[in-house]
Amino acid sequence: MSITLTEKAANYVKEHLARRGKGIGLRVGVKSSGCSGLSYVLEYADEIHSEDIVFESHGVTVVTDPKGLLHLDGSELDLVREGLNVGLKFNNPNVKDSCGCGKSFTV
Amino acid sequence: MALLQIAEPGQTPAPHTRRIAIGIDLGTTNSLVASVINGVPECLPDEAGEVILPSAVHVGEDGRITVGREAKARAASDPEHTFLSIKRLMGRGMDDVRRMQPRPPYRFVEGEDAVPRMETPRGPLSAVEVSAEILKALKARAETRLGDELTGAVITVPAYFDDAQRQATRDAARLAGLHVLRLLNEPTAAALAYGLDRRAEGLIAVYDLGGGTFDISILRLRKGVFEVLATGGDTQLGGDDFDQAIAVWLMERAGLDVAAGQWLEAGEARQLTRTACAIKEDLTGKDKTCAKLTLRGETVWQGCLTCEEFNTLVDPLIERTLAACERALRDANLTCADIQEVVMVGGATRTPRVRERVSAFFGREVLTDIDPDKVVALGAALQADVLAGNKPADEMLLLDVIPLSLGIETMGGLVEHIIPRNTTLPVARAQEFTTFKDGQTAMTLHVVQGERDTVEHCRSLARFTLRGIPPMVAGKARVRVTFQVDADGLLTVSAREKTSGVSAEVQVKPSYGLTEEEIERMLRDSFEHAADDIAARRLREARVEGRRSLEAINAAIATDGDLLTEIDHPIIDGARELLARAIEGEDPEAIVEAIGQLESAALPFVERRMNRAVRAALAGHSLGEIADQYNTQ
Repeated sequence: MSITLTEKAANYVKEHLARRGKGIGLRVGVKSSGCSGLSYVLEYADEIHSEDIVFESHGVTVVTDPKGLLHLDGSELDLVREGLNVGLKFNNPNVKDSCGCGKSFTV
Repeated sequence: MALLQIAEPGQTPAPHTRRIAIGIDLGTTNSLVASVINGVPECLPDEAGEVILPSAVHVGEDGRITVGREAKARAASDPEHTFLSIKRLMGRGMDDVRRMQPRPPYRFVEGEDAVPRMETPRGPLSAVEVSAEILKALKARAETRLGDELTGAVITVPAYFDDAQRQATRDAARLAGLHVLRLLNEPTAAALAYGLDRRAEGLIAVYDLGGGTFDISILRLRKGVFEVLATGGDTQLGGDDFDQAIAVWLMERAGLDVAAGQWLEAGEARQLTRTACAIKEDLTGKDKTCAKLTLRGETVWQGCLTCEEFNTLVDPLIERTLAACERALRDANLTCADIQEVVMVGGATRTPRVRERVSAFFGREVLTDIDPDKVVALGAALQADVLAGNKPADEMLLLDVIPLSLGIETMGGLVEHIIPRNTTLPVARAQEFTTFKDGQTAMTLHVVQGERDTVEHCRSLARFTLRGIPPMVAGKARVRVTFQVDADGLLTVSAREKTSGVSAEVQVKPSYGLTEEEIERMLRDSFEHAADDIAARRLREARVEGRRSLEAINAAIATDGDLLTEIDHPIIDGARELLARAIEGEDPEAIVEAIGQLESAALPFVERRMNRAVRAALAGHSLGEIADQYNTQ
């Protein structure tokens, strides 16, 4: 069971955490919404709750909750550049179908 | 596929939330709000189903503010506290208001600053605050209709609005709690509404005759991108003036003294204007209309106005618009034949005579399919939709231009133009300036706008001082002055002395506005006075040069006065006096000659100074040391 980051993604997250000046890591998860049922949550983590599951990847603390783990297990977050945009992208083996925008998906 | 960004805890945005953005046409007479709904721009109606909100604000005895139709209805009974055509006062100073014809019927508070404020039961209100009330009403309407919070708004302004007027519009939006995505030129918005951006290319003229302003814009479309080649117009000409022309005609017919129009009380003047407006609207599509004018409960005139008579009344006004069209075409280096499409905007273009004359002028049918009242708001809504991020940003990229050149005052009251007129926005240009006097530690920068070479003929926008320049000899300091105009046409000027790094900057704030037809006059003058300007420039440049020579010789005498001989001292003194007198005079040639004389008179003295300086540099060094110094260089 794990959720990982590529090294590029880890550096990007570390940089953003440093710029923000606080936060212990990255919180990932899912919530029900979007056109394909679920959508990703990608936030700074300021605290760890009792039910949280914590991973460590390339020096970045990755926090998720049980529901998140269920849908994201085995995922790798990568840093992607598309044209002028730079951002993170989930490579999620659990996804059966996703909508065109990539922000929501079905498992 | 969209990329994810890290959000603050609990703030991950939900996917597919459409950001709601509105386009606002903040007009002189009427205002509208529109939004893109299901991909189609629509004007949003109020509860009564009306899309047009009269740009009228009334402040009641109890301080209650009403906006729109209800407020407009109070105009006749409470003219002092009913604000109509408030847009004309945006970004204007008290001086401008005093010169306005007809003078607004409001009681102005003589304020501590240049911003005019009107007396109301709520206390003094500025034009910005009154405009904000109109914007608030439109914002509330949009929120009710769209059922959500607004991301932002695109507000249209006449292409001719200067920086102060644009800033005032922006301030009004901020007061109304609107986030301004962009200020957009009205004619550009109209072209967008007609979907002219979907064509491959072309040259488009947008003829916008609204209630209070006239704008002509020449746009070039290339690869789906609009470029404004030229803008022109008249900030004091519109459908209101058509009404005015009829009103004057009515007064003549009714046997009232036109010149002494002041005897009419504000309420009666409004009654007269209302009758005139009704006649004008009734004449659209008719040959003749009959009406009567009632003042103080008495019918003072009853009669008919034919279409022909009406045309004679408004023709001079239409001709003014066509003259502006011609100027804009000339600015763009085009002729009427180059224009492929003419877009008609503004309620006054419903007047058949206007369409007829404009068609004849451009030699083609004009575009009138979209409601000329709505077209600007619809275009603004389309642009707002793009700017709010609902569409890829490259879908519509608008380029606007600076209506009048921006520059800085240099020695002798001359203007150095830094950004020329019709430069596309956004733009940043920099130029280096230097100090005029030895040991000068501060520099006052005077930012001006206009086409003329002399400061008094341009409009002053801002003044600021760069302090803390380390003392240096004249001409040594390097002050880099940067003019930056953002996509909204707002200007920031910054100055930085390079050796010390000291800097200062100013943003152009609304302090006072242009006087009536000033921009137009300024433009016209720049053509007519081109020759005078060259002469004036030569004289002033010569004076500056002369003063510089005097400064230099005085400084040299102050340090090395002991080198003056009995022979050259009186000669130099004579030449100095001659030059000082020439500077007072009007002849640039005389000044240049006197400078030459002073230079030759001072030549022996200057040579002796040079020798002393060289000796001082060499003193105490052996020849070998000096040779080494040269070798290492």
